[in-house]
Amino acid sequence: MPIGVRIRDLRKVYVSSPPSAAQASGSSLIGTPGPRGTSKAEVVALGGISLDIEAGEIFGLLGPNGAGKSTTVGILTTRVRPTAGRAWIGDHDVWEDQVAVRRLIGVVPQRPNLDFALTAREILTFHGAYFGLSSAAREARATALLEEFRIADRADQMVRGFSGGMMQRLSIARALMHDPTVLFLDEPSAGLDPQTRLLLWDIVRDYNRQGKTIVITTHNMEEADALCHRVAILDHGRVIALGTPAALKASIPGGYLLRLRFAKHTPDLLARLQALPGVREVRPQDTTGAHIYADRGGSLIPEVASLAVAGGAELLDVHISEPSLENLFLHHTGRSLRD
Amino acid sequence: MNWRTFAALLARDAHVVRRNAVQLFLQTFLQPLMFVFIFGRVMVRSGYMPPAYKALLLPGIMAISMIFTGIWAVAMPLIAEFQWTREIEDRLLAPIGNAWLAVEKVLAGTIQALVAGLVVIPLAWLLLRPVDISIHAPLPFATMTLLVAALSACGGLALGCSVDQQHIGLMFSMVLTPMIFFGCTYYPWSALNAFPVLQKIVLVNPLVYASEGLRGTLAPQFPHLPVTAAAAVLLGVDLLVLAAGLHRFRNKAVS
Ligand SMILES: Nc1ncnc2c1ncn2[C@@H]1O[C@H](COP(=O)(O)OP(=O)(O)O)[C@@H](O)[C@H]1O
Ligand SMILES: [Mg+2]
Repeated sequence: MPIGVRIRDLRKVYVSSPPSAAQASGSSLIGTPGPRGTSKAEVVALGGISLDIEAGEIFGLLGPNGAGKSTTVGILTTRVRPTAGRAWIGDHDVWEDQVAVRRLIGVVPQRPNLDFALTAREILTFHGAYFGLSSAAREARATALLEEFRIADRADQMVRGFSGGMMQRLSIARALMHDPTVLFLDEPSAGLDPQTRLLLWDIVRDYNRQGKTIVITTHNMEEADALCHRVAILDHGRVIALGTPAALKASIPGGYLLRLRFAKHTPDLLARLQALPGVREVRPQDTTGAHIYADRGGSLIPEVASLAVAGGAELLDVHISEPSLENLFLHHTGRSLRD
Repeated sequence: MNWRTFAALLARDAHVVRRNAVQLFLQTFLQPLMFVFIFGRVMVRSGYMPPAYKALLLPGIMAISMIFTGIWAVAMPLIAEFQWTREIEDRLLAPIGNAWLAVEKVLAGTIQALVAGLVVIPLAWLLLRPVDISIHAPLPFATMTLLVAALSACGGLALGCSVDQQHIGLMFSMVLTPMIFFGCTYYPWSALNAFPVLQKIVLVNPLVYASEGLRGTLAPQFPHLPVTAAAAVLLGVDLLVLAAGLHRFRNKAVS
């Protein structure tokens, strides 16, 4: 039976400095005086998030680097201690009931953490053994997964020399060894070639069809759009939007985004742009730029250009984007996902 | 507690040890055996050391091998896996409490140290023949050996969760080397009678009780600390170091 995930007012403040692999971008740094007057940096990674991930859905956590995606996954998978708030996998509190939670979950971490002392096959069979699979069951399952993930030809080699993509595939295979009910994938397609990415998407969809809940983080909006039933957009440790990709895209006024740059714009020009048919919202960006959210894209350009000429503001650059999660993120935060 | 998972974790460590057996063997025994050869054979044959020194040296060499093995076996993988490769994460997701993984590491390290200690005896005996040692009291000997092995593995846990990757060299030169030289390994504690202050200070070094205790059970003809007292102190130190190590491990295991 599929099970869901519940998150209530989850907060996480790191007091140590981040490990070299975690990037410190876009999170608030507060200097607090530590013992003996030394200053210890506190990083608020999660500012109190609440979410309900339904049983059997593919749920996406979308956000830029440092938004708190890995921290959320870390807490849900018992690897990070929450500072405040609670979370449950099914009925099990992730902090109070760790062993029960671990039986239910499979985890593909952002950074591969394969056991370098073992061969690819051993990584799978020992993982199965940790979860109590019988010797015959784990051998059979390992062989099947090695085949499915196209690692069979190197199954009995040590993984130290594997390419990034192979390590990533093996990581996913390992997470599936014990047939988890909830599967967490933290940026699984980062560093995968397009072909392997499609393979990954197929595997995720197949696994979901077997009644499994899947939580996937990504900063790639196409991936979220293509794969997820629902998406939460995270920024600075907060949920800034939640819904199906379609509903989220429909929630942006207009959906089309025109990014304009003038030599210099005037309040009068902005007011005239706002009055054009189909324009929902005009947002000035410093003294030369403007973002227009509108129901139509290319057909607006001639009208915008003639308004600019009439107002004496030379139009220097135009960029049109179709309705997308990227636009949504920009709309909510004023920043691009790729920043 | 989940025995199947615990057994699987242990099996994984055993598997890795078996794979690296030759390297581990050389790493563990080359240095002590060279020491035994030079001091127990060359120096004795040439008359610079009395033949009795051979029996005095052997328990100390056994203690060194065990301490080195246990610390190496537990601390080195922990340091690397926590700070660099994060390999341990997979085992931290196994359905068992985090502290049990630490306990498993300690158990695996203890077994390795026991094997090291018990292999040194016949090897050294081969090099030193004839040497005046005997296991005339098996139970005290077994107890001491076990306590020393546990000390090394618990110490490995505590060090492995406290030392940074870039400080491993410092750990060996600032912690282990002084412990070995001031650990009554190459001389009995009574040899320090002429240095009364030093004789008191070295008592903080748990290796003193390890060497003296093993000496008391293997070569009791030499002056040594009472075996029971040495065992009691070691038991206390083992528990203390284990508690400290577990505490550090639990903090390190989650962020
Ligand atoms: N172990 C850690 N110690 C200290 N700070 C951390 C640690 N892990 C993450 N952070 C910080 O917390 C914030 C959120 O990080 P993370 O959850 O990794 O974001 P994301 O996965 O969305 O990129 C970042 O500012 C990051 O630097
Ligand atoms: Mg991340």
